[in-house]
Amino acid sequence: MHNKKNFRSITTLITGLLLFLLVGCSGGENNVTTGNRGGILHWGNGTDPQELDPHIVTGIPEHHILTALLEGLVAKDPATLEPIPAVAKEWDISDDGKIYTFQLRHNAVWSNGDPVTAHDFAWSWWRALQPALGNQYAYMLFPIKNSEAYAKGEIDDFSQVGVKVLDDYTLQVELTNATPYFLQLLDHYSMFPVHRPTIEKFGKPDERGSLWTRPGNFVGNGPFVLKEWKLFKRVNVGKNPQYWDANKVKLNGISFHSIENVTTEERMFRSGQLHHTASIPIDKVAIYKKDKPHQLYTHSYLGNYFYRINTKLPHLNDKRVRQALAMSIDSKQITEKVTKGGEVPAYTFTPPDTLGYSAKPAFEFNPKKARQLLAEAGYPNGKDFPVTELLYNTSEGHRKIAVAIQQMWNKYLGVNIILNNQDWKVYLDSVNNGDYTIARAGWIGDYVDPNTFLDMWVKDGGNNRTGWSNPRYDELILKLAPKTTDRSERYKLMAEAEAILLEDMPIIPIYIYNSKSLVHPSLKGLEPNILNYSLYKNLSLDPDLSGVKLN
Amino acid sequence: MFKFISSRLLQAIPVLLVVITATFFLVRAAPGGPFSAEKAVPPEVIKALEAQYKLDQPVWQQYLSYLGDLAQGEFGPSFRYPGRTVNELIAGGLPITAELALYAMLVAIIIGVSAGVFAALKPNTPQDYIPMSAAMIGICMPSFLMGPLLVLIFGVWLEWLPVSGWGDLPGDKILPAVTLGSGYAAFLARLSRGGMLEVMSQDYIRTARAKGLPEWVVVLKHGLRGGLIPVVAFLGPAFAGLLSGSFVVETIFQIPGLGRFYVQAAFNRDYTMILGTTVFFATLIILFNLLSDIIAVWINPKLRHQIQDGQ
Repeated sequence: MHNKKNFRSITTLITGLLLFLLVGCSGGENNVTTGNRGGILHWGNGTDPQELDPHIVTGIPEHHILTALLEGLVAKDPATLEPIPAVAKEWDISDDGKIYTFQLRHNAVWSNGDPVTAHDFAWSWWRALQPALGNQYAYMLFPIKNSEAYAKGEIDDFSQVGVKVLDDYTLQVELTNATPYFLQLLDHYSMFPVHRPTIEKFGKPDERGSLWTRPGNFVGNGPFVLKEWKLFKRVNVGKNPQYWDANKVKLNGISFHSIENVTTEERMFRSGQLHHTASIPIDKVAIYKKDKPHQLYTHSYLGNYFYRINTKLPHLNDKRVRQALAMSIDSKQITEKVTKGGEVPAYTFTPPDTLGYSAKPAFEFNPKKARQLLAEAGYPNGKDFPVTELLYNTSEGHRKIAVAIQQMWNKYLGVNIILNNQDWKVYLDSVNNGDYTIARAGWIGDYVDPNTFLDMWVKDGGNNRTGWSNPRYDELILKLAPKTTDRSERYKLMAEAEAILLEDMPIIPIYIYNSKSLVHPSLKGLEPNILNYSLYKNLSLDPDLSGVKLN
Repeated sequence: MFKFISSRLLQAIPVLLVVITATFFLVRAAPGGPFSAEKAVPPEVIKALEAQYKLDQPVWQQYLSYLGDLAQGEFGPSFRYPGRTVNELIAGGLPITAELALYAMLVAIIIGVSAGVFAALKPNTPQDYIPMSAAMIGICMPSFLMGPLLVLIFGVWLEWLPVSGWGDLPGDKILPAVTLGSGYAAFLARLSRGGMLEVMSQDYIRTARAKGLPEWVVVLKHGLRGGLIPVVAFLGPAFAGLLSGSFVVETIFQIPGLGRFYVQAAFNRDYTMILGTTVFFATLIILFNLLSDIIAVWINPKLRHQIQDGQ
């Protein structure tokens, strides 16, 4: 009897759970349809955001969310990437290019109604430089006079740092050198203002991970406010009615979906769960190009894929060997047959047309010349070429490229290369410690200026890691270019430096990255650009296009 | 029974201690630190971060202070999520993973046991071969293939079910549960078939039949109880396996569960998170093994007598 009762209750439980599981098992409306009706943009945002504190985060997903929640002194025009007014309604630059005076608009307020003042910026930048905060992007503020010394603890007195509040709505910034790209830095999250009373309410100003960034606590000054933050799932923001330009904001909210897996993301897009994806699986690019080209957005991106060469090793210390290796890589084959995502073969390190700067292609695919150079270096037809290892972090994409290059070097130079893959963190350690021969690398510019691609190669630069240096190069980058205010003069010096870099070849540029996304036809106002930067307040949704067939 | 349970719980303590110690030193021995990044991190920043997470202390001191925190139930702050503690992250992911594992278990039991019993009724006939071949395929097919296949058919082509998510859209829990449960269903089918075959040839089944009971009563009431003992013994470890093995399914379907935290933590060298989840899963596995032993004792008179006799 007893057992029968047990059996019956278990059956009931199972049936109940199954019913719960199946409840409403009928295809409902998808996110795109409901989103278009309610003005909610569904945005594929890549990996899960780590934090929402602009002075702590380091990633692109966080960048997307923070540009919706906060606003710096200036923003960028998505079409041209030139600075446009944001919190600052206008600014004045001194003739020597070192003093910037910003006039803040009087109607800019925090989402709790407090006015956004020059004091907010001064305090926020003070906070961004606090060593205890562990801000990895503090260096974005380093063009400001004495800020580097302050961040490194060499001076204690913040009043020596070149940030001066002239009155509530006037901020004066003094730079060490005329830094023509300074305005470009101001919409980086490390330069965003934060709301002092909120931060102080939830902890010390330099405390990592206090609760001020949680929904309900977060006070921002951007076009949107934080509504919901579900780990590994999404961050929802809603329109900020207090925002000074709220009339122009067309969306009622954005849902930033955390999706690490690009295949899942593409399936979500196809079933109408996303308006915009962060990426697209490589093997799908050709299919979209052929069948649904209007849904595929690609644009060349401010970053490149390259190989680092450890110039400290005896056989790679000879620049002829490095040049031979570079000239025997057929990058066109790689972008057309291996990566296939519309990438552009790279023959310079700085991506072409970085805000008007294009370096001259410094080398070409020339196997004959490469063989000759290698022979001159003492390795005719690759004879006696020491064992050389090509290191990459574990990924199918990197492996394919490495295999193709391994074959090219073997075919054109007769040298044998061993491939070695390591887990991401192990790989980072190996490259950082110079424990590699040749290593795959990628670099994304921090701002649109050739400097972000060139200042990394100065002697002992933290991101150099090749052991290469050249005194003239250092002079150009560290001394001459920073002193020049004229853009074209400066670009000339930069081009000279880049020519030195590519003549010496401590690195082999392979291709320029390409940003690729899928975009639903109902999403309007996107302007593809080299930063893959979107100004969310310009975007809108057209409900009439909800029903576009995606399959 | 009390003695049995308490001695098993006592045995669990050294096991856990070994797990904690091994994991603690292994994650620190692995190359690559939690703060290394593609863009060089300035030394003063690394120093500030290490001081914050006590990584600047000697390892033995870190170990002791970790054990101290653990004794109070504190897993410490996560390295990857600056504002979150590991406790908070586990508490957030566990209900979701547990729900997923529960549904997967139901799918596995319902499909697996009925297929196994059905097959065992007429061994070595098509009624046996067909479900058992299907089970073999189910065991062999990994979830990273099964998931996308189901999504393609039911999500993209037929548009019956959502392709991803958890609790956002009606019916979005079905495909993950089926994907995760199908491998276990196949396993359960083979186990229950074996168990049933053995039981159905026992004398007491012949007696039941001789009493003139209808066949379904013989199978369901007398056969199942004995035939499912191997299944029950498997359920505890299986449930723990479902909980800790949900990573692939959680990734495919974009489910914010514990499995994803676990694997991501390893990739990110999030020391406290790796340790926290490992300790947590180890505890779960120990508990579920114990639980399935208790159920096995409760269901199997032979074992019950052994324990009562103090054997």
